[in-house]
Amino acid sequence: MKKYDKLIKNAVGRVVPTIINGEGHIPFQGVGKYKPAGRKYGPKIASCADYPVDGNKTVESLKEALIKAGLKDGMTISTHHHFRNGDLIANQVFDIAHELSIKGLRWYPSASFPCQEHLIPYLEDGTINRIEGSMNGPLGRFASEGKMKGLGVLRSHGGRYQAVQDGEVQIDIAVIAAPTADPFGNANGVYGDAACGLLGFALADSQYADKVVVVTDHLVPFPAIPWQIHGNYVDYVVKVDKVGIPEKIISGTTKIAKSPDRLLIAELTARFCEKTGLIYDGFSYQAGAGGTALSIGNYFGDILRKNGWKARFIRAGSNKYAVEMLEEGLVDYILDGQTFDLDGVRSMRENPNHVNTSPFTSYNYHGKGNFASMIDVVVLGATEVDVNFNANVVTHSDGYLLHGIGGWQNCLFAKTTILPIPLFRDRIPVIRDEVTTLCGPGELIDVIVTERGIAINPLRQDLMEKTKNSGLPIKTIKELKEEAEAICGVPEKPKLSDEIIAVIKWVDGTVIDSVRKVE
Amino acid sequence: MQVERKFQCSEPVSKDKYNQVAVTIILSRQDRRPTTEFGKIYLHNIYFLPDNLDFNQTAFNFASITKAKTTFMKTIGKAGNRGQEVRSDCYVETELKLSGGILLDINSKVKALFGKSIEKLTLNILRTFAIENARIIIEDAGALDFVIAARIEAAVKKVMDIDRDYLLPVIDDNLSVSKKDDFRFSRLYLPGNSPKLMINAGVHSPNGIILDLEDSVSPERKFEARFLVRNALRNLSFYGAERMVRINQIPKGLDDLEFVVPHHVNLILIPKCEKADDVHVVNNKIDSIKKKHNVDYPVWLMPIIESALGIINAYQIASAADNVAALAIGLEDYTADIGTRRTNKGNESFFARSMVVNAARAAGIQPIDSVFSDVSDMEALAKSVKASKALGFDGMGCIHPRQIKVIRENFAPAEAEIEKAKKIVLAFKDAEAKGLGVVSLESKMIDPPVVKRAEKTIQMAMDMGKLDTDWMELED
Repeated sequence: MKKYDKLIKNAVGRVVPTIINGEGHIPFQGVGKYKPAGRKYGPKIASCADYPVDGNKTVESLKEALIKAGLKDGMTISTHHHFRNGDLIANQVFDIAHELSIKGLRWYPSASFPCQEHLIPYLEDGTINRIEGSMNGPLGRFASEGKMKGLGVLRSHGGRYQAVQDGEVQIDIAVIAAPTADPFGNANGVYGDAACGLLGFALADSQYADKVVVVTDHLVPFPAIPWQIHGNYVDYVVKVDKVGIPEKIISGTTKIAKSPDRLLIAELTARFCEKTGLIYDGFSYQAGAGGTALSIGNYFGDILRKNGWKARFIRAGSNKYAVEMLEEGLVDYILDGQTFDLDGVRSMRENPNHVNTSPFTSYNYHGKGNFASMIDVVVLGATEVDVNFNANVVTHSDGYLLHGIGGWQNCLFAKTTILPIPLFRDRIPVIRDEVTTLCGPGELIDVIVTERGIAINPLRQDLMEKTKNSGLPIKTIKELKEEAEAICGVPEKPKLSDEIIAVIKWVDGTVIDSVRKVE
Repeated sequence: MQVERKFQCSEPVSKDKYNQVAVTIILSRQDRRPTTEFGKIYLHNIYFLPDNLDFNQTAFNFASITKAKTTFMKTIGKAGNRGQEVRSDCYVETELKLSGGILLDINSKVKALFGKSIEKLTLNILRTFAIENARIIIEDAGALDFVIAARIEAAVKKVMDIDRDYLLPVIDDNLSVSKKDDFRFSRLYLPGNSPKLMINAGVHSPNGIILDLEDSVSPERKFEARFLVRNALRNLSFYGAERMVRINQIPKGLDDLEFVVPHHVNLILIPKCEKADDVHVVNNKIDSIKKKHNVDYPVWLMPIIESALGIINAYQIASAADNVAALAIGLEDYTADIGTRRTNKGNESFFARSMVVNAARAAGIQPIDSVFSDVSDMEALAKSVKASKALGFDGMGCIHPRQIKVIRENFAPAEAEIEKAKKIVLAFKDAEAKGLGVVSLESKMIDPPVVKRAEKTIQMAMDMGKLDTDWMELED
C-alpha cells in the first residue's frame, strides 16, 4: 500500500494527497465550506448477555485484556494523553503487541509525549505502522526524517473527536488509563495517585471504539463517582500497580513567565485587550498553559479587579492561577479540558463551577455548535506566522515536526484570536513570507503581539479603529517581518524533500497541508 | 629579495605552557606594505616550532622585510560560550595552520536557515585578517552576526597579534547622540559578555543601557567581552536608550576606551572613581582616541563613587570636566569601604547619598542613585525609588528589565505635582505679561527657583507623555 497518492492543490494552495494510507480524503475547501452529508459512525450494538451480571469486568492483566479484545495485525489502538509525560500505559500496550508479534498497528493517541520515545523501535520494526495524532519531540523527529512506515496524520483535539464520530477513524481497541475506576468500568480523573482532573480526551474512544479497556491503579468498589467515563461503554477493567508518574502528570510547564521579554509580550497583549474593549464585564477567554499565556491571565485578572468586573467563564487548561481567579470571584466558571496542576485537580473535585468538558462540547466542528466559537478572546502560540496571518503550530522553520496541534485549530474560531509570540527565536524570525506548514488560515487569526510591536489583521478594521491614538505600538505584519530580518538576517529556505511524511487535517476532516521529509 | 634574519628569543619558551608555539613576525608600522599584501606576508610568517627546535638557532626566510619582532603565542584561540543552556551566543575555536586552507566546522542550531550566512561571515572575517590556513570550529546557539563576529575576532586575536579590526556597519539607530541633561531615570546594567541579555534590552525602554565590562565580566573573559561590547555599540539597536559602557577601574579601564569611544558610545561610566584626576585621565585618553578616529560626537561621563574617599572628593569629581553629565553612587562597595553592610533602611549611606546629591547639584549635573538588588520585590523597589527621589536623586540603576517601569513611574512627576507645576508656570506667565516682578499664587509669593523647578516638572511630564505638549493652549 502506498503511503499516499493523488496529490492535489487545495483551497489554500497547498499540495496534499487525497489518498492517505490507502483511504480517500478530502482536500481543504475553505473555512466552513465542507459540510459532510450522511450519518455518524455507529459502533456495534452490544448485549448485556455478553457481560457479567455482577458488573465485574476485571481481568488479570493488560495483556489478557488485549488478547480478549482480539488484538491483531492492522488494528487501530487508541490512548489518551491526560497523563502527559508521566504516562506508563501506552508504552505497555505496544510492548505487549510486540511480544505477541502483532504488526501494522495504527496508534491513535490524543497526543504523544517524549516518554513515548520508547515506541521508536516498534515504529522501526513494523509493530506500529503509523501514528495518527500529534507527534511531539523525538517521535516528531523520527517521522520528519521519513522513518515512519505509514503516513502520519495530525488532527486537532476537536478534529480527533470529529474523525471518530464521522467514522473516518474506527478504533478497534481503546485503552483508557484512569486514575480511579470501578470493576464495571466507570472511571474518573479526580481521585487516585495519578489524579489528572478529567478524562475528556478519552470520551470519543469510550463511545465509539469496538472494545474499551480501562486500566487503573486505584480500583474502587462500584460506583466510582463521578463517572467521567461511563462503565456501560467498557469491556474490560485491569488493575495495575501504577498507571502514571504523578510528578510528570502535573507537569512543571505551568509557571508564570519570569523572562522579562515574555512578560512584556503578556503585558502588551493585556493592554491591547483593555484598550480595544475586548475585556468587559462578563467576557470569556481561553489561554494555554505556557508561561506567557499564564501571565496574560494574570494581567486579565488585574484588569477585572481594577474595574470591578467579572469574567463569565475561562476555558482551560486549568492551573492554580485560573483556580485562584475562580475562588476570588473574578470568574463564574472554569470550563476545563485538562488540568495542569494539583490545584486544578482539587478545584475540579470540589468546586461545581469548575466543570469538566470534552473535545465534543468544546471543539467538535461536526456538532450543533461548540464552545470555542463563543469565547471572546483566545490566546495561542505559533511557531511561524506568514504575512497573510496564516500560522503554523506543528513544524519548526527547519521543517521538523515537533509540536502537536492540540486544541489550537479549534480555538481559532473564537471571536478574537491573538497570537502573542516573540518576533524571533534563537535568531529565527517568526514572521515569514510563507509558513512551512499551514495549520490555521489567516482569516481566523486577528492579532499578532510581539515584544517589538502589534500587527492587526486588516480584516479586523474594528480593532484597527480602536487602537488609533491608543499609544500601543501598532505596526503592519510586513513591518514586523522586516524588523526581524534587519536584526536576524533573511533566513534561507530549508531543504525539504518532495516526499510527504504526514498530513495536517483541518477541523472538518479535510486536508489542509502536508509535512515534508527533512533532508 | 630573500632576506635571512636570526631572531633572539626574548623569553624562554616553555613547552609545558604551550602545546604548540608559533612565532609571529610582525612588520613594524613604518615598514608596512599596502594592507592586502601586508596581511599575506603576516600570515606567511607564522612558523610552528618542531619539538626539537633550538629557538636561538632558528632562522627565517621571507621577502622584503627588514624589521620585525617576535611574539610567542598559542595557536589555538577560543572565545564565547557553549552548552545546553547557552542561547543567542556561540563558541569559536580558531586553530592557525601552516597549510591546508580553511577548514570550517560549523554546528549551528539554525544551520538550516542561516548556515550559508554564518559561513560567509566567517570567511569574510578570516579574509580581513588574511588567514589562509586555519581550522575554525563554531558551535552556534542562534547567535546574531554581531555576536559571531565578536567571538571569531576574539578567538583569532588570542593567537594573532594584529592591529586590524573586523567592524560591522553602524546601524542608523546607533548614530544618535545624547544630551548632557537627557533623562537618566533608569539605566539598565547588562553583563558585557552576555549577548542573550543585550538583544531585547532596548524594547523594555530604559533611559540608558549599560554594557558592563567591569564587575559582571570575569577576568578571563574581559578580553572577548570588549569585542562583543564594541560590536553591540555599532550593530545592535538600543531602541532609543542611551548607549552606555562601564569600563574597568582605572588604569585598566583606559584600555577599554579604544573599544568604545570610536564606536558611537554616548556615555562612559567610570567605576570606583575617587578623585578628579581619574576623570582627567579618562578624558585625556578619550580625547586622543577621538582625534585619532575623527570622532565628533559627545562622549559623556558618569563617574561612580564607591568609596569613602570618593565621597569626600565628590564635588571635585562632579566638576572635573564639562562632559561629566551625572554622578552616581555604588552602595555595595561604598558600605564595604566604610566597614558596614547595606541595609534596606539605608541609614549607613544617608551621608554619602546626600553628598552625591549635593555635589552633583552644585556642579549642575544629575545625581544618580545605586541599584536596588532585590529583583523580585517591586513594592520595596517602589518605596526605595520614592525615598531616592525625596533625597534629590534624578535616577537609579536597574539590574532587571522589570525594574525599569517601576523606577520610571516613581521618578516621574505625580499628577498632583504636575497640576501644581502648571499653576505656578501659568502664574509666572501671567505675571510676566503684566510686567510684574513678583509672582504670586493663591496669596503666596513664588520664588524664581520654584518657578524653575515647576518648569522642569512640566518638561518632564511632557517628555514622558503625562502631559500634552499643547497643555498651555488647552488651559487658555
